[in-house]
Amino acid sequence: MKIAVCVSQVPDTTTKVKVGADGKTIDPAGVTYIINPYDEFAVEAALQLKEKNGGETVVVSVGKVSNKEAIKKAYAMGIEKGILVKSDAEMDSYTVARNLADVLKEINADIVLFGKQSIDYDDMQVGNLTAEMLGIPSISVVVSLTVESNKVTCEREIEGGKEIVESTLPVAISAQRGLNNPRYPNLKGIMAAKSKPIEERQPTYTENKTEILGMSLPKSKPKGKIVGTDVSAVPELVKLLREEAKVI
Amino acid sequence: MSKILAFVESRDNKIKNSGYETASTALKLANDLGGEVEVLLIGSNLSSAASELGSYGIEKVLLAEDAKLEKYSTTAYSKIVAETAKLRGADTIILSASAMGKDISPRVSAKLEAGLVADCTEIKAEGGNITATRPVYAGKAFIDVKVTSPVKMFTLRPNVFKAVKMDGVTAETEKVDIPLNDSDYGVQVKEVVVSNEKLDVTEADIVVSGGRGLKGPENFYLVEDLAKVLGGAAGASRAIVDAGWRPHSDQVGQTGKTVSPSLYIAVGISGAIQHLAGMSSSKCIVAINKDKDAPIFQIADYGIVADALEIMPALTEEFKKVLSN
Ligand SMILES: Cc1cc2nc3c(=O)[nH]c(=O)nc-3n(C[C@H](O)[C@H](O)[C@H](O)COP(=O)(O)OP(=O)(O)OC[C@H]3O[C@@H](n4cnc5c(N)ncnc54)[C@H](O)[C@@H]3O)c2cc1C
Ligand SMILES: Nc1ncnc2c1ncn2[C@@H]1O[C@H](COP(=O)(O)O)[C@@H](O)[C@H]1O
Repeated sequence: MKIAVCVSQVPDTTTKVKVGADGKTIDPAGVTYIINPYDEFAVEAALQLKEKNGGETVVVSVGKVSNKEAIKKAYAMGIEKGILVKSDAEMDSYTVARNLADVLKEINADIVLFGKQSIDYDDMQVGNLTAEMLGIPSISVVVSLTVESNKVTCEREIEGGKEIVESTLPVAISAQRGLNNPRYPNLKGIMAAKSKPIEERQPTYTENKTEILGMSLPKSKPKGKIVGTDVSAVPELVKLLREEAKVI
Repeated sequence: MSKILAFVESRDNKIKNSGYETASTALKLANDLGGEVEVLLIGSNLSSAASELGSYGIEKVLLAEDAKLEKYSTTAYSKIVAETAKLRGADTIILSASAMGKDISPRVSAKLEAGLVADCTEIKAEGGNITATRPVYAGKAFIDVKVTSPVKMFTLRPNVFKAVKMDGVTAETEKVDIPLNDSDYGVQVKEVVVSNEKLDVTEADIVVSGGRGLKGPENFYLVEDLAKVLGGAAGASRAIVDAGWRPHSDQVGQTGKTVSPSLYIAVGISGAIQHLAGMSSSKCIVAINKDKDAPIFQIADYGIVADALEIMPALTEEFKKVLSN
């Protein structure tokens, strides 16, 4: 079985966002970058599929040279091969997906894994975009995954419940938290990842379909009201919610 | 003249709230752009759902009906949306950023080579162009975006846009027949498992969330009781999801769900940056925390600095009393 995983590199969740000099993207000063947290579930799923069914695993990333860190994290966890489509350009989801699809066409994997979403732009697009470009089915927000001969059965989260979904192979799966517990790389894995080569490629497509006009920070709120410090504040709070905030 | 196609989601033959929000927003955009809207419904037995759309000012509803479409299929639904858009010459496609809308829209985007702006919280038409605003970095920032391809797509964050009722419009319906073969049903929902009829945090107008300050899972009923009295949903911080008190589907935050209810009550939650990321766009925020310096108070509109275990029963009683009057 051939398994591909797509990973992106994103600012750490504790990042305090500041708008950069271009007014359109964040100021990278002082930001720590990590592998997109949802992509760790995708990497773990790939490794478990390989352990169960045999086969080969490959990780693909589109972006800056620093995305190699995400690939190395996947290596350290156990992925065998890595490809970076190297570009400094700001690519939108469509463009990222086109580049991924061009690489994946060649790989011809039975299962392509993605994270549910990148926690930078929170787009939730690349998995299904890429699948459509490859002409294969896709299942997103997946919390359980079983593969039997030529069929996958997944549970995907929807509002207030789950859908049990079936698909034929090849298929693209986007991993939601809960799918598995990503393993911690061991020291040997980390050391081996350092020197393992990463194949570099040029982007095949660069024309975005969307344009960012500007970035802004949320309007800061006026300081809230501390209504009280014990039970006696309760009636006042309820009154404020009804009469001032008018939310009840 | 602009032509907007709005895909409106239905479940069990009824239109979802987010569907009415989508229809109303599409209608407003069409008015501002000087264009028209057609609403697309996919499923089976949709005629009564279609007529409901008249009371939201929708004049034209397209029905893609088939017994096989009763259950959702990513591949079939996205093909119908894309082919209908082509057939009707739509230049703009609007969907809800619901679980279904988020699943369909990228596939349609790829089919039509259309730029897609996902999860918009504002959208406006000016001088014939649409610009949308959407949260990024889990709401720590916003970007204004326009689409540069001929066909433009937008998904709307649920609960943010208003569904507006209007009098005196009757929706005319028309069947659309997009031929589908077996391979178009490559992905097929076999079964929907509803988690004990519970209201989802993303769909609730009021969310009461609990955190580690509740001390133990045995006290979580305090949060659930209040949510019930308010007709809302119960959410959770990651700390108590990780501790196994609550399922992940209840987690609010950067790696959980993003909610923007009218009222969010945070009980015993410190307000870590990852939690704030999931709820800071709530219209009114109340915090109950015994630490006056907890970061949650920096974004709360109202707070009580006290022991949640004492406050919660009194708060639930007070709401019960007030709401029964
Ligand atoms: C990659 C990553 C992703 C994350 N994603 C999320 C996410 O999506 N959602 C999320 O919530 N967190 C997330 N977190 C975790 C986050 O950083 C915090 O650890 C978590 O939100 C804390 O949960 P808490 O507020 O319940 O607990 P704590 O931080 O322990 O806070 C408990 C609060 O309760 C108060 N308290 C204690 N006793 C009482 C009492 N008797 N009455 C009233 N108040 C009391 C305390 O003063 C304190 O403020 C993430 C972290 C990482 C690293
Ligand atoms: N630049 C990228 N390179 C490789 N994979 C990506 C990239 N961006 C997004 N992905 C994959 O697509 C998923 C969804 O991302 P997004 O649509 O950006 O929210 C991520 O979890 C990754 O698996």
